[in-house]
Amino acid sequence: MNEVLAATVSRAEIEDLLYHEADLLDSWRLDEWLTLLTDDAAYYVPPNDKPDADARFTLFTIADDMVRLRERVIRLKDPNCHAEYPPSRTRRLIGNVRITGIDGDVICAAANFIVHRYRINDLPRVFVGHYRYKLRRQGGRLKIAERRAILDAEELGLLGSVSFIL
Amino acid sequence: MNYQPSSDDFIVENPSQQTFFVNREVFVSDDVLERERRAIFDHCWIYVGHASELKNPGDFKTRPVAGRPAIFCRDRDGVVRALINCCRHRGALVCREREGNARQFYCMYHGWTYHTDGRLKSVPGADAYGGAFDNAEMGLMPVPRLEAYRDFYFANFDRAAVDLDSYLGRAKDYIDIVIDQSPSGKMQIISGTQEYDIRANWKLLVENSVDDYHLISTHSTWLNYMRNSGVNVTPPKGELLPTRGFGRDLGNGHLTTDNPNYRGRPVARWISVYGEDAKADIDAMRGELVARLGSARAARVADTNRNLCIFPNLVINDGSSVTVRHFHPIAPDRMHVIAWALGPVEETEAQRARRLHAFLTFYGPGGFATPDDVAALEAAQLGFAAWREVRWSDLSRGMGKPTDQQLATDEGHLRVFWRKWNELMEARA
Repeated sequence: MNEVLAATVSRAEIEDLLYHEADLLDSWRLDEWLTLLTDDAAYYVPPNDKPDADARFTLFTIADDMVRLRERVIRLKDPNCHAEYPPSRTRRLIGNVRITGIDGDVICAAANFIVHRYRINDLPRVFVGHYRYKLRRQGGRLKIAERRAILDAEELGLLGSVSFIL
Repeated sequence: MNYQPSSDDFIVENPSQQTFFVNREVFVSDDVLERERRAIFDHCWIYVGHASELKNPGDFKTRPVAGRPAIFCRDRDGVVRALINCCRHRGALVCREREGNARQFYCMYHGWTYHTDGRLKSVPGADAYGGAFDNAEMGLMPVPRLEAYRDFYFANFDRAAVDLDSYLGRAKDYIDIVIDQSPSGKMQIISGTQEYDIRANWKLLVENSVDDYHLISTHSTWLNYMRNSGVNVTPPKGELLPTRGFGRDLGNGHLTTDNPNYRGRPVARWISVYGEDAKADIDAMRGELVARLGSARAARVADTNRNLCIFPNLVINDGSSVTVRHFHPIAPDRMHVIAWALGPVEETEAQRARRLHAFLTFYGPGGFATPDDVAALEAAQLGFAAWREVRWSDLSRGMGKPTDQQLATDEGHLRVFWRKWNELMEARA
């Protein structure tokens, strides 16, 4: 399998994608960020008490298909998105990037994240966890078909809302 | 004449001026919170959990009840219990997991063990105690009262309190409407807990949960999302909501909104957000409702929304989906919220997925609306730092109107909460 993987994708290519994504999200260049996703992409934040669950049977914090994800970006750019206006300042550190498998044309990758978030009138908040990605190559470009942000915290607690793109 | 009162009272109501004010001291004071714990949380029926969370003997969940650590469990004989999670010996938690299945509860400090019904099972080195030591007296303390209405379990720390049935009173009718979604009359808490803190006083979430006046200003991005998805959310001229809804006083401090639905309901009112594929299924669900309940009751279940507040800290929102959420004061300026989705036990996989998807369009810490509610409550709490200068929160909307004409965009139902709150605080001042 390693040979198949090596021919398909390198870790460096995935790291480039994830670091680029982190930069776009931290810069609130959300329309550009959407172009990193496939047209059937999904974005999940599982509930803290059921990190491995399936969104069809379990209440998630976020379970967006592409239709809702586009609407989420519209909302996040609107000054009436009160939870994110003025927008949070975020800084993401992505590490421990690994290719975890390959399934047909889907490349599975994992990474750890620390997202520092600062807002006016608010406490600093630190979101720690790991990502599970499903990536697909489209027109030579590696694209995100699924991103799952799994938080380590036992509960959201003082992290409060997940109102920005985690 | 001055519009605002000059007073140190918590609540100032003036029917002749049609005004109702709440003193913002009640949102910031440690002393008020301590009084609330004793006057309200120690005498009211406080939500513990739903029977569906405990499927098998030995199943347990740990959670706060009226500020106490509690174990909500089904004992080995199948009886639902709420035990105080505190070792009788030296006080440590005897259960330190969120949930699971237990054969017994074991205190890791000195090794005392308890049966799942709370009875003391064994004490290491029991011979060191005098003859007066009595195992029968030294079990885990149960909550003084535990009663259920249709699988919703509540505890009361006041042995002399009225029974739960009398306490809930007319609120039961609204719980019944929610449960009527299920053909078998059985609802279940769906797995996945939304548990988050809000840096605001707990009473602000009571107000916010039932306050429809804030919809357009706080939730315009959600309304845009609905509009973009083809749902008609434009209010008729002169109205604040797409439909005319009411705020209802249910007695004993319980209250609800009672609104015609425009936002879609998984049972059983289709909107475009669900997709064309869902239409036939929702029609079939509608048919089942009509066959079982008759067309009038079916319309009540499917075509109306309610945000129901059971005094003091349980809210059941039956809108875009059903959420059960309770919230607990941690400090005057901080509360802990625990929320779930509720659905009929017999839902198909597709129906359940649709319910959960609909839930997340609006509710929860990642929804399109709840984070903005949280932002509004936190903004209010920050403003309250000036409570000495800007003392009064104004809840006067609709004061001149008869009870049965109080709109959901008025504040008559919010005043129901505050009057009960004040009555209990004054009774045990």
